[in-house]
Amino acid sequence: MCEKRLEGKVSIVTGSASGIGRSIAEKFAAEGAKVVISDVNVEGARRTASEIASGAGVETMAVNLNVADSAECDAVVKSVIEKFGKIDILVNNAGITKDGLIIRMTDEDWLKVIDINLKGVFNMTRACARDMLRKKSGRVINIASVVGLMGNAGQANYSASKGGVIALTKTCAREFASRGVLVNAIAPGFIKTAMTAALSDEMKTKLAQQIPLGRLGEPEDVASAAAFLASEDSSYITGHVISVNGGMYM
Amino acid sequence: MSQDIEAKVKEIIVERLGVDPTEVVPAASFVNDLGADSLDTVELVMAFEEEFGLEIPDDAAGKIQTVGQAIEYIKANKKQ
Repeated sequence: MCEKRLEGKVSIVTGSASGIGRSIAEKFAAEGAKVVISDVNVEGARRTASEIASGAGVETMAVNLNVADSAECDAVVKSVIEKFGKIDILVNNAGITKDGLIIRMTDEDWLKVIDINLKGVFNMTRACARDMLRKKSGRVINIASVVGLMGNAGQANYSASKGGVIALTKTCAREFASRGVLVNAIAPGFIKTAMTAALSDEMKTKLAQQIPLGRLGEPEDVASAAAFLASEDSSYITGHVISVNGGMYM
Repeated sequence: MSQDIEAKVKEIIVERLGVDPTEVVPAASFVNDLGADSLDTVELVMAFEEEFGLEIPDDAAGKIQTVGQAIEYIKANKKQ
């Protein structure tokens, strides 16, 4: 690789024990950043953190974090600042699905998804904002979804949470712009992860037919966009949503 | 003690707003005289809360618009 774009930066990637989050963490580490791996699966977080540390030769830290709990978020951010001295990049990636048609969706399934996917983004952004605003630099990258833009039958809770993340991204971008803190979102389409592995082969084939590029995305496709948004290459971009979806929604 | 509060408040304002200490007089308005924007005023209130162990409710915070008002509020509400 040529020049490392994130040398010396400190990043937190939520929900990064596996899937898209892990891929983003790996990419950031390869670009020279220190990475904090947070997940509710703390064993997985520890494994990912140690593999990335030995693979990329950067400092990593694994933390047990449920982003829906604001006190936990504040405590994690404090411990990261104690260890690494600052936070440059926050990737709000942690998210879950609890799919079902609206007429069958329980209050619990609605709230659980909103709490993690939307309130979690608010919690972590608020927790990191003071440090970023104070030093007048920082990047927040929120992982939204194509369904937050186009809707999807069976995903009332998930699509609403992701649509909310997009609106929150724009508000944060406006509030933080005067301090040089840039906030953007990535809206992935169908990416090959555990979340989409649950779909049947037939469903996947059908989906691929609706994607102009003719295939499901790889986690690395999202990670490349995240690295761009975290780097100096994107210093005049804020409040935007980059779609990484093979053209399935334009 | 109240001299300490005054000095500390001024110090926080100078640090946060990057203004000259001589400008930080009681009548100075954060927004009109010291160039603070809305985010600065919120950050100042949070810095006062942290420094003096206070919780300043939003309606009270909205009334703190000058250096003197900040000092008065903190003197009146700081736990002895």
